Amino acid sequence: MCGIAGLFMKTDRYVDQLGALVAIMLHEMRERGPDSAGFAIYSPPNSGSNTVKVTVLSEHGDVDWANISSRLATAMDTSVDYRQVDDHAVFAVDGDGRFARQWLIDNFAGLSVLSVGTAIEIFKAIGDPDLVGQRLGLAQRSGTHAIAHSRMATESAVTTNGSHPFSTGPDTCLVHNGSLSNHNQLREVLENKGQTFQTENDSEVAAGYLAWRLDEGDTLTEAFERALDDLDGFYTFAAGTRDGFAVVRDPIACKPALIAETDDWVAMASEYRAIVGLPGAKDAKLWEPEPGKVYSWSRET
Amino acid sequence: MTSFDLETTTIRHINQALHDACEGEFSIASPGGAHALACGLDAPLSVTIDGSVGYYCAGMNQHASVTVGGNAGTGVAENIMSGVVRVRGDASQSAGASGHGGLVVIEGNASARCGISMKGVDIVVGGDIGHMSAFMAQTGNLVVLGDAGHDLGDSIYEARIFVRGEVASMGADCVEKPMRTEHLVILSDLLHSSGFKAEAADFRRYGSARKLYSFHVDDVDSASSAKATA
Repeated sequence: MCGIAGLFMKTDRYVDQLGALVAIMLHEMRERGPDSAGFAIYSPPNSGSNTVKVTVLSEHGDVDWANISSRLATAMDTSVDYRQVDDHAVFAVDGDGRFARQWLIDNFAGLSVLSVGTAIEIFKAIGDPDLVGQRLGLAQRSGTHAIAHSRMATESAVTTNGSHPFSTGPDTCLVHNGSLSNHNQLREVLENKGQTFQTENDSEVAAGYLAWRLDEGDTLTEAFERALDDLDGFYTFAAGTRDGFAVVRDPIACKPALIAETDDWVAMASEYRAIVGLPGAKDAKLWEPEPGKVYSWSRET
Repeated sequence: MTSFDLETTTIRHINQALHDACEGEFSIASPGGAHALACGLDAPLSVTIDGSVGYYCAGMNQHASVTVGGNAGTGVAENIMSGVVRVRGDASQSAGASGHGGLVVIEGNASARCGISMKGVDIVVGGDIGHMSAFMAQTGNLVVLGDAGHDLGDSIYEARIFVRGEVASMGADCVEKPMRTEHLVILSDLLHSSGFKAEAADFRRYGSARKLYSFHVDDVDSASSAKATA
């Protein structure tokens, strides 16, 4: 069992409250996943900015972020700023985010690169989802969309790295409730296509699959329609891109999902109680996503 | 009438009060999608819930009448033994699962696996039902005024399924069967008792082809001798 809470703003009305609203949703999903939690938050860059944000987790506590930042700047021959958020740092890089990701993975064994992109930042930690949200400042964040996940680990250890969301491609993230049965084979296929993985987790393979398909030019909907054929197992997925949000359930649809939509937002959650606290939820259009059908939304950017 | 409000009290407190009561009317406000509300009732109570509930509402119900004003999450009226559970909105998957008796009325739609493994319960759905409904249904009646999703009645035993709309597909060993007078009577009674205005003649009946049974009456002697030996 795991809990998913995703919120996608169709208008700017609640953009300032995004983090606070997702924190309310995650709070309701903590019983579904008390082991660990994480969230991806998308806040679009200032217009004209090409800065790429690289969010990095230190798995083993204190590290010298300033030193890492300056070494990254030297390696990339560009300027790098960073801000620390608990045991995470968000590097602001003027340059190739994919290079930065790979360089950090190759040079620092204790670091995980959680996300790369102009809008996305991912944070995750072990422990009660409410405390994780508080530690990592979820409620204070604004943005266009966010996807949070509370994890009850069933098939691999409770580690920060095993927490969701997973991201292997720029501005792309995925959370998963369920388990995949062909992830081992698929991981090899994706590695041959240039995807790099940082965990043994099945859900990271699904994120890699999504990143690969988007790289190949698929839309989010096309990528998930293909995933229905290629991913074996059971799943409810929620995924984000820089300006998009999608939900899909496997054709058997054992794992719960509910979508609520108003003129201002779309919310997806594992259970109705996560929706109740959203503004206007009472009058929202409410439905269970059908098995094997891709639902997606996008924003003008 | 005794009123509870989940804004100011706990599910456990409400359920305990309902278990302690022998009769009476109760209302529950602000359910907010909470799980396991009004579960395990065992007396002729009348319980009204003003809003939407989470999982397993009115599970194991005996004798009581429980009405959910909004939607219900997974497993509403799971394992119901008797009484009536009514949902004014939609129900999530596994509505009435394993029910042994009583009546479950879903005024809206019910999603996947409605009536899975039903064992005598009657379920009447005003809208559509999702895929794999009445999976391994053993006895009882499932009535659907709308459409049925894929794999209806897969591996069904002896339950009756009545559908007014389209059936996307039937599961293994589920077939359409002729609607005889006795079935029209059963269906009319169920439509009447669940409060739907619909003509029994507009429905089609589905049930088991009995091809998946591993036990045949011709083998009764060998089965009983095997049992004696065991």
